[in-house]
Amino acid sequence: MGFKKVGYKRNWSDQAYLPAIAKGMWVTWKHLFQKKDTIQYPEEVRPLPPRFRGTHRLNKDSEGRVKCVACFMCATACPAECIYIDGADVPSSWSDREKYPTRFDIDELRCIFCGMCEEACPVEAIELTPTIGWAAYTRESMVLNKEQLLEMYDRTRAKDVPDKWGGY
Amino acid sequence: MPVEVKQLIINSIEILVLLGVIQGICAYLVLAERRVAALIQGRIGPNRVGPAGLLQPIADAVKLLLKEDVIPGFGRRFLFFIAPMIIVVTAFTALAVVPFGTVNGMTLQVADQLDVGLLFLFAVGSLGVYSLILAGWSSNSKYAFLGALRSSAQVISYEIAWGLSIISVLMLVGSGGLQLDSVVEAQIAGSSWFVLPGWYILIQPLACLIFFVSVLAETNRLPFDLPEAEQELVAGYHTEYSGMRFGMFFVAEYANLVLGATIFVVLFLGGWHLPFVDPDWWQWEWLKGVVSVMTFMVKMAIILFIFIWIRWTLPRFRYDQLMRLGWKVFIPLALLNVFITGIVVFIVE
Repeated sequence: MGFKKVGYKRNWSDQAYLPAIAKGMWVTWKHLFQKKDTIQYPEEVRPLPPRFRGTHRLNKDSEGRVKCVACFMCATACPAECIYIDGADVPSSWSDREKYPTRFDIDELRCIFCGMCEEACPVEAIELTPTIGWAAYTRESMVLNKEQLLEMYDRTRAKDVPDKWGGY
Repeated sequence: MPVEVKQLIINSIEILVLLGVIQGICAYLVLAERRVAALIQGRIGPNRVGPAGLLQPIADAVKLLLKEDVIPGFGRRFLFFIAPMIIVVTAFTALAVVPFGTVNGMTLQVADQLDVGLLFLFAVGSLGVYSLILAGWSSNSKYAFLGALRSSAQVISYEIAWGLSIISVLMLVGSGGLQLDSVVEAQIAGSSWFVLPGWYILIQPLACLIFFVSVLAETNRLPFDLPEAEQELVAGYHTEYSGMRFGMFFVAEYANLVLGATIFVVLFLGGWHLPFVDPDWWQWEWLKGVVSVMTFMVKMAIILFIFIWIRWTLPRFRYDQLMRLGWKVFIPLALLNVFITGIVVFIVE
């Protein structure tokens, strides 16, 4: 009809299979001695990009107070509804804000690590850190409360003490 | 102490040593395969358990022992239970006739007075096919059954080429050729210390090639592992086995591989012969024995490495291509080899 026959006729060295096998074996032999990219994980880690979306932290301002003003924007923006906040009025000494969170729980198991909370926050209080590898024995212990989130801040903020999981 | 009892004790010790050493080799062969496979694929293999991963086989064995033993629910439990046993027993029994070295003019072989050594080996090795069929059929699962059928058909087809390729070697050895140590002795006699060793790999390259490929096909190893190809049949005939039953199939597969490698070394690489070294230089007999066993082990290790290397180089043969190769290519080639060897031997003598 209009067909063009394209094919490959085997020549003698292809038909005997052996020269091609020998060439293939030479390739794999070379691979044996090439440098491997494997890292020994707990002792070595690959550095993560600084904007990597890992475990959350609550930032503190320069006076050590929690930056969060309990505006509920992150809880509203969260697609997985994993942020639980209770707000309250600030003590009178805090003059630059009206409310602060008494309870700030994030269920890290529900979280999808999308970063919407980070984008929604007007005061840069909640951030996602490049901390990975968080493991626990119970589901309840992976709901991080306010103290634990603030502790994440302390842990990841000190630049000269690198975080165990490659954070900064 | 009467001679028979002494002989019995010596034989028992030989058997225990052989079983222990070969099982150790099989266990570490699994680790070696994983490491070499990983290195070829651009990663490093298991290196966490023990230094450089050397305790990994122990971890594997413990894992298999602690796994739940899942038995498919049906009627043929007896066949299901004995199938892995048969293949382990045949693989280790066939190793009884392999000469591992020589000391004081006596070979280190479990069954030294057996003058039909090679025939015994083939016969016992062929019994392993029963295990494949029984395992596949008693698993009561269609994938296992298909895998078993393919596997047993493949094994039987390549047995013919296997046997035919040996005949030409036996013709070169002359009478008494079935006894494996006389094959090694003939190769040693054919080599003087300053020229190329008289190993049959150099004199019978075609038989050597056919034998090598047949060993790969017999042990269901790539490029002939369609019966247990993971993408096709889950795991072929041993799909329904779990825990230590699977462990027995696994050990038996590697024991068959070791068997193939040792026979290859004995028939084509001169067994325990160390080339270019005159054995009369050694003053102590035990040193000669140790050197001969070490030489054998090194050659066997090289052949096993080549088996692993080939597995991670070649793609798999399709089943009809595999059968075509076995019946339409290797049997004629082996027969041709026998024919030519016969003519040459006749002319030379």
